[in-house]
Amino acid sequence: MSWTQTLEKLDRRWIFLVLALLVMGPLLFPLALPLSPSPPVHGFVQAIDKIPDGSTVLMSCDYDPASKPELVPMTRTALRQLWGKHCRIVVTVLWDGGPGLVDNVLREVAAEYPGGKTYGVDYVNLGYKEGREDVMVLMGKGIANAFPRDYRGNDTRSLPLMANVRDYSSFPLLVNISAGYPGTKEWVQQVQGRYHLPMVSGCTAVSAPEYYPYLQSGQLLGLLGGMAGAAEYEKARGEKGAATRGMDAQSMAHVLVAVMIVLGNVVQRSRRQAEGA
Amino acid sequence: MLALGAALALVAPVSAAPPAPQPATRLDWKDVPNDAGRALDLTWVLSPDDKPGLGLVTQYLVERSTSVGGPWTVVDSASAGADKVTDESVRRNTPYYYRVVTVGPGGATPAGSLTGPATATSQWLDTTRASVLALTALFFAFVLYYIRSAQMGKKPFVRRIPGIDAIEEAIGRATEMGRPVLFVPGIQDIDDIQTVAGLVILESVARLTARYETPISVPVSYPIPFAIAQEMVRGGYLQAGRPEQYNPDSVRFVSPEQFAYVAAVAGIMLRDRPGAHIFMGSFYAESLLLAETGFSTGAIQVAGTANVHQLPFFVVACDYTLIGEELYAASAYLSGEPKLVGSLKGADLIKLVIVGLVVVGCALESFGVHGLTQWMATQ
Amino acid sequence: MKRELPLTITAGIGLLMILSFFVPHQVIAVPADFIQASAIIVLAFSYFLGGANLLRVNIDGIYKREPGWIYKLVLVVSLVATVAIGFVEGKGFLDQGRISKWIYDNLYSPMQATMFALLAFFIASAAFRAFRIRTLEAGLLAAAALIVMMGRVPLGNVLTDWLFGLRWLPFPGVPHDLHLSTIQEWIMDVPQNAAKRAILIGAALGVMATGLRVILGIERSYLSGED
Repeated sequence: MSWTQTLEKLDRRWIFLVLALLVMGPLLFPLALPLSPSPPVHGFVQAIDKIPDGSTVLMSCDYDPASKPELVPMTRTALRQLWGKHCRIVVTVLWDGGPGLVDNVLREVAAEYPGGKTYGVDYVNLGYKEGREDVMVLMGKGIANAFPRDYRGNDTRSLPLMANVRDYSSFPLLVNISAGYPGTKEWVQQVQGRYHLPMVSGCTAVSAPEYYPYLQSGQLLGLLGGMAGAAEYEKARGEKGAATRGMDAQSMAHVLVAVMIVLGNVVQRSRRQAEGA
Repeated sequence: MLALGAALALVAPVSAAPPAPQPATRLDWKDVPNDAGRALDLTWVLSPDDKPGLGLVTQYLVERSTSVGGPWTVVDSASAGADKVTDESVRRNTPYYYRVVTVGPGGATPAGSLTGPATATSQWLDTTRASVLALTALFFAFVLYYIRSAQMGKKPFVRRIPGIDAIEEAIGRATEMGRPVLFVPGIQDIDDIQTVAGLVILESVARLTARYETPISVPVSYPIPFAIAQEMVRGGYLQAGRPEQYNPDSVRFVSPEQFAYVAAVAGIMLRDRPGAHIFMGSFYAESLLLAETGFSTGAIQVAGTANVHQLPFFVVACDYTLIGEELYAASAYLSGEPKLVGSLKGADLIKLVIVGLVVVGCALESFGVHGLTQWMATQ
Repeated sequence: MKRELPLTITAGIGLLMILSFFVPHQVIAVPADFIQASAIIVLAFSYFLGGANLLRVNIDGIYKREPGWIYKLVLVVSLVATVAIGFVEGKGFLDQGRISKWIYDNLYSPMQATMFALLAFFIASAAFRAFRIRTLEAGLLAAAALIVMMGRVPLGNVLTDWLFGLRWLPFPGVPHDLHLSTIQEWIMDVPQNAAKRAILIGAALGVMATGLRVILGIERSYLSGED
């Protein structure tokens, strides 16, 4: 049997094994591949840099543990950039599986600061509310109306940070980190389009192409696409986090997929030639 | 003593308190347009002392009253350098009077005059959305015209959609193999139109499976689509004249949790080995998991979704794929009903209008004419 | 009446919500806001309906000892236990140190992440099995896919800079800063963007057309199977 015939009958579990080894290798032995932030990533960084220090920013983390490797690193870096400017952050989570994860991330990053960041003063986690786009529209009539209680069960209006937060006009920027629906597209349609709230987005790699039209039209000021976007963001901010470490592994996975496409077509061509002969 | 005091003053002069700032002037009001009468815009000319570095002005306080003589209440404030605020706490059709107080380290200076009566009113039409209204009205007009036209006998031509034709082929193959049919109506709730489209196709599929006496399995991810799916399957069996064969347990609620749902459906595929998999609706990351698992079982697969980021996975792993609007057209295509087919033509016509607008708009922008673009930009 | 009433409600509420986008007046805005808030409540309560069906089907399967009934038992026990623990722990059930938090961090999160991670393996096997270049268009698609895939990761530049860097061209004035990632960005910004816009517009029109059919009662098969 020729090698092309062997490949044609290849059990896909061999491909799984090769992929697993190629992904594990760089995680254990980092390659430290060079990263270069792209223009959408620069847009994201600059949009946050431009807001006045001490502003209150709305951050909607619309994801769950499935997208953790892609979205948690960019959430961490965004929190650090915002807290580096002494901004106060109001966090919402429109995915029902997300609040626990997002709360972990908030606590983790808040603990990095001397004295920690104080809940209710430096940040508030409003948690999850069912309703998807309806919740976005309801927040436009009053954030505290849409979330009368925060994630920890406190009366939202009693929190010091929320004293000056009314509706979307209280924020100079919306930072949306999303894994799908509801997510960036819905925030653009329901909030950015109606209230003209400047907005940046971080999303999974598979969703990113869908948001390029919004980036080009200026509805999004910046876009982070997947782990690559998160790694470029870390590079732009001078950090070396989980996304940077993960890019080595992702690079190898991409190479394997590219090789698989080429090999598959070589096998097909060889079979056609054999049939022709 | 006096000489000592004078000498001390020369050495250490006493600092004088800064003066109260000059007042802001020309306070004016404007009703915020395109709202329900809940806001008023207020503008003024900055105090002449409000200059960077002087430090004589710290903020402006905006006071409001329902009568000229007061009492006055502070409703908003603006920092030095700001010359406008929006008062969003007004009641519609109620006259108010406003004045602005300039505040600095030297004290507070009220404005020399006040403005009013200022009244917030509701508007019936949001003029910033006129372009959307015009196109929506045109769209509705096209659809209604072609529905009427189709009902009067002029049924428009609809091109063949291979993916929809393949559904019957897939069910036929499953019947030959003696295997059930698996129908997945997407993973979103009923508020996603794709789910509605998928459930409409389910009725046709259920009718076919009833006719061929092939079992059907419909795992559903949300409660409301679950109830509707039961009705669609029961209706399909009724239309095929086999209501007694309808099994209520063929439709089951699984989980709204994305990967819990796909784990359950993958389990159904691997255990029950359906001969045909039909995926019609809104799918996300689980699309490739479903399609690849389904492929490994050897079933024929037909998919349809308008989530463009998942289309590549379905195209690669399924035998037939409905792309975007073909999913929405499926109900019209399958039923052949004039009203439904007419609506397809209306949608196609508005697409031509949009293409025309894009071409004309690009040409105008190239020549520096921005009117059309500005009219199209909505608020 | 069985069909007329729901159709009337659908038409009325649908038209009201469309109008609320164009009419800011309180006559339209106030009821529209109320309906929007009510929708959230209805959606939340619908979970009870789903949970009840889940329990009914699986308990029935356990009772009849259907094939795989052990898994149904695990499902029912997990569902009841998670809900019960959440109720008992009450407000703050996802605070640090709670059992619900433990379930979330050690069961729910890893299982979700694992399922999502399967995608990588399936993409690799699908790429080998199914991505066949049979036409010119498929060839262009494959070329663009390879450029974008490799351009998105740093290894792509490392492997191809010798080619795209064009340093080997002996002509003055040739740009030396062309990278695979630059080409990838152009593909994303220009042809991909244009196609995506067109698909977005088309899909949005499809949504409007289907929505209009539902609102006007032209599409009514979702109500029940009888005509």
